[in-house]
Amino acid sequence: MPETITFYLFAALAVGASVLVIAQRNPMYSVLLLIASFGALSGLYIQLDAPFVAVAQIIIYAGAIMVLFLFVVMLLNAPKEDGADWDRTHPLRQRGVTRWGTLLVALLIVQLASALMSVREYRNPVGAQSDATSVSSVADLGRSIFTRHTFAFEATSILILVAMVGAVVLARREDAQ
Amino acid sequence: MHAAGALARPARDGGGALMEPFIRPIAIGVMIFIVFNALIMASAVLVLAERKIMGFMQQRYGPYLVGPHGMLQPIADILKLIFKEELRPKGADKWLFTLAPVVSVVAAFVAFATVPYGAETTLFGLLDEPIKLGISDVNVGVLVVFAVTSMGVYGIVLAGWSSNSKYSLFGGLRASAQMISYELSYATALAAVILLAGSLSLREIVDSQQGTWFGALPQWFLFLQPIGFIIYVIAGVAETNRAPFDFPEAEQELVAGYNTEYSSVRFALFPQAEYINMVTMSAVATDLYLGGWHFPGVPPEYGWIVFLAKVSMFLFVYIWMRWTVPRYRYDQLMMFGWKYLFPASVLNLIATAALVLYFNA
Repeated sequence: MPETITFYLFAALAVGASVLVIAQRNPMYSVLLLIASFGALSGLYIQLDAPFVAVAQIIIYAGAIMVLFLFVVMLLNAPKEDGADWDRTHPLRQRGVTRWGTLLVALLIVQLASALMSVREYRNPVGAQSDATSVSSVADLGRSIFTRHTFAFEATSILILVAMVGAVVLARREDAQ
Repeated sequence: MHAAGALARPARDGGGALMEPFIRPIAIGVMIFIVFNALIMASAVLVLAERKIMGFMQQRYGPYLVGPHGMLQPIADILKLIFKEELRPKGADKWLFTLAPVVSVVAAFVAFATVPYGAETTLFGLLDEPIKLGISDVNVGVLVVFAVTSMGVYGIVLAGWSSNSKYSLFGGLRASAQMISYELSYATALAAVILLAGSLSLREIVDSQQGTWFGALPQWFLFLQPIGFIIYVIAGVAETNRAPFDFPEAEQELVAGYNTEYSSVRFALFPQAEYINMVTMSAVATDLYLGGWHFPGVPPEYGWIVFLAKVSMFLFVYIWMRWTVPRYRYDQLMMFGWKYLFPASVLNLIATAALVLYFNA
């Protein structure tokens, strides 16, 4: 029973914080809410008996990537996002950009589909610590990331990079004019 | 305490299993209480130690007026800070301005939760199963400490941003850039030790450093990882924002950096977090490189004294460094971090991995 309560607690936190990320006008608050959402996700991972994944989530996303995001938001000092004066000369409105964007969306969809297809193959998820010791499970995790899931792993890193470049382009639009 | 153990022993034969479930949670609670208060006290003692050692190094007495030899100076400092007026700048972000010091101090306390500081004890025969000295023993302990300490940067960054002051903002920006740069080298140095020990648990890493080579040299990872140790110490100083890497609060350039606009208790939490981080950094260095509570010839019951001695020595080196090494220039810091420290740590990791593979195969 306590598992159910903590599951709903963490799940509600994750979903609520994620919704607030895009409902916020202040990018600084969005970043912080995203960190909260990552924290809640890592709580869910601990509940799935995968402490390594949980800690990796905190180190990589909350600890490193979000610091970078915060850094970028602070440097660009964009106090508010306003969608109203969205002009046609914007760098993201050019045709080439849209094509590449469509390609990347397709990549994301393929990746998600392949991930969903392979879910059923695993009865015991990788990284679960029910019987294995911690290091052997970390080794299993590493082996499966760099052999079976290489495509998803590399594709995700490219998508993250593109998203970051996009964020910089979006925030610098006043200089572009 | 020995007498209490002797009193409890006759009862244990009949109802030891009955007593056990009550004593264990109490023992853990007491341990949390002791560690929490020791960390609070550590920051007070370290402030005094820092000023006294600085005085010694500059050939003067340091604080001398409050109490004998100025030993009660921390109490006077704390009272002064508590009774100051709490100010908040007009344009400051109300929520984040309040949240920032809390984040940094909470991260500092939580980071110590998985750091073991002694061998097992049965509390003088009170428990059937020995209890481990250390608040919690997680099988990914090294990573938990690393993850939580890396959350501490948010406190500084948010303080810098929410103050709505250019000096604070620069302090916060510098803190985030510096921490991203040095976290990489820090983690890579940690990875080499993890490879050697073959475990992510801090307790197992400490226990794999038991014993001696040739009967005299203790089997500490310090001797297997001299480069890794140096990288760890340098990156650790940069992570805790101490001189010579104290750019987020460089007085000559930024007034006081990220905490310029803070006063009273909110201000006090920042140095407190810094001192607790120093203690955590020293304790983790002791566990990873200096064999934790193991010392040739010392029985494991006195391990925690050995641990305390090693941590104190480490803290002294920290303070010593602050008052003898001048501050770098900011671009030098970035260049050093990315062009020298990080490649060195990667080479160290590759060499360690190759050697571990060679000797295990």
